[in-house]
Amino acid sequence: MAVETQKAVQTQPLVSRRPWLSSKRVRNTVRSILTHAALIPAALIFMLPFLWMLSTSLKTDAQLYTYPPVWIPNPINWMNYPNTVTYITFFLYMRNTVIIAASATLGALISCSLVAYSLARIPWPGRHVLFIITVATLMLPFQVTLIPLFLVFKNLGWVGDFRPLIVPHFFGSGLYIFLLRQFFMTLPIELSEAARIDGASEFRIYWSIILPLAKAALATVAIFEFIARWRDYLGPLIYLNNQKLYVLSLGLYEYSSQYGREWGLLMAASVLITLPIILLFFFLQKIFVQGIALTGIKG
Amino acid sequence: MFWIYPILASAYYSFTDFNGVQDPVWVGAQNYTTLFVQDSDFRLAVYNTLYFAVVSIPLAIVVSFGLAMLLNAKIRFQTVYRTIYFLPTLVPEVALALVWVYLFTPGSGLINVPFDWIGVRGPCWLSCPAWSRPTIVLLALWIIGQQVILYLAGLQDVPQDLYDAADVDGAGFWRKFRNVTVPMMTPVVFFHLVTSVIGALQFFTVPYIMTGGTGFPGGTLLFYSIYLYKQAFQRFNMGYASAMAWLLFAVALLITLVIFRTSRRWVFYGGADLS
Repeated sequence: MAVETQKAVQTQPLVSRRPWLSSKRVRNTVRSILTHAALIPAALIFMLPFLWMLSTSLKTDAQLYTYPPVWIPNPINWMNYPNTVTYITFFLYMRNTVIIAASATLGALISCSLVAYSLARIPWPGRHVLFIITVATLMLPFQVTLIPLFLVFKNLGWVGDFRPLIVPHFFGSGLYIFLLRQFFMTLPIELSEAARIDGASEFRIYWSIILPLAKAALATVAIFEFIARWRDYLGPLIYLNNQKLYVLSLGLYEYSSQYGREWGLLMAASVLITLPIILLFFFLQKIFVQGIALTGIKG
Repeated sequence: MFWIYPILASAYYSFTDFNGVQDPVWVGAQNYTTLFVQDSDFRLAVYNTLYFAVVSIPLAIVVSFGLAMLLNAKIRFQTVYRTIYFLPTLVPEVALALVWVYLFTPGSGLINVPFDWIGVRGPCWLSCPAWSRPTIVLLALWIIGQQVILYLAGLQDVPQDLYDAADVDGAGFWRKFRNVTVPMMTPVVFFHLVTSVIGALQFFTVPYIMTGGTGFPGGTLLFYSIYLYKQAFQRFNMGYASAMAWLLFAVALLITLVIFRTSRRWVFYGGADLS
């Protein structure tokens, strides 16, 4: 039977309904062409805002309002870039943004990994309840805590500097605790038991065994948090009132005045702000996807 | 501890007249009755926010699931594509919102150029009440990078054996999608649904920047969070704003509970048994 079939295929390849699809390789090529055909238009749409930013950042004021709009300005006006970093105190704002984003990320990493460790790896009564409470905070709209937190920081005299934007992140965040706990749960418990027999303290196990194994998950948390802080607008809007301490997202507002917007300069600044995180994401996206897959959103 | 104090404090403030400086004055349920009986801006903000949530969440689920399927294929330039889809999510929201305003302004923006080619008058997009709500739903679809990544990670978690088994049974692409991919992905959809309800109810920065907080045109872009922010930090009605926050919390909790209740029927946790 098998021999017959094979023979039939060999002698009558045209019997197949779609002979050009018969070989697996051809089929794969067709499939990948179709995939690209779907991905490329979508990619163009997703690139549109950024490309338009780029294009506008290279235009002079006169070129801005031509209709229909042009993509590649002629002549290309590079001057928006050197001008934009002096129009607002760009590098000062960037320094502030980096300080806040880096400290908050560090805080989130330390606090969330410690809490997640205790929830996942140390048996103590009430930890399940605490875990549910932690997840429940994810459902809490930020508006509920917004006002009381503002008042707490005001009474502490912290409003106007970086502390309200950094310190809360040292107290953990539901989402990251959830992700890290899910990941820590997947590591074999024997690792901890062996270390305990050798007399290692809990902190030692956490620091020298669990953390090194959780690099991808930690990296994911770090990127999430860093990007979130880099882009944050509401926090700085509420807490910062001294212009010397402004961050980039607030600085972008200075290009608008009652006389209109400096579109070219604004877009040049936006490109400069976005570029570092694009690079960060491009090089780390693999860890990122793996990190989330490993942490197992799936429960 | 860091959560409990603010939650209780905000509950207390919601029953007071409080400007953030002087001591709060107890007024009973007055804030709540004012919200429901008198405040037409509040009703408008509720309507806008619900409209946004109801329309944008299903769209976001379909689009991000679809994109993740495409991105999961073994193709060249995978990294480049993934980065591109994430691009709008990386652009600071302030810059993004301003670019959108620029792109979607009829008369000078890029958006109506294709309509001019075919000689049709394009829609008015963000500048008229009839189009502004659908437009902002569309714009929000641009920033689904994180969701796409989430689905992508979920897809990579689906055990290959299941597909192999389906292949042996002679299942085609569509049947594999319906009977393997979708059931295995329901936990991700569930996670996405829950988080995006909260996300949609908190939608703030983009419409705030776009409209300068005014809710232009015709109040159609006045979202709940914007109204709350204005009450709390521009008019200093902190008690009133706390009442709004608590109502929002109650609604969010209610919706979440409903989703959790129904989830037993459609979410499939198979991972433990199958892997």
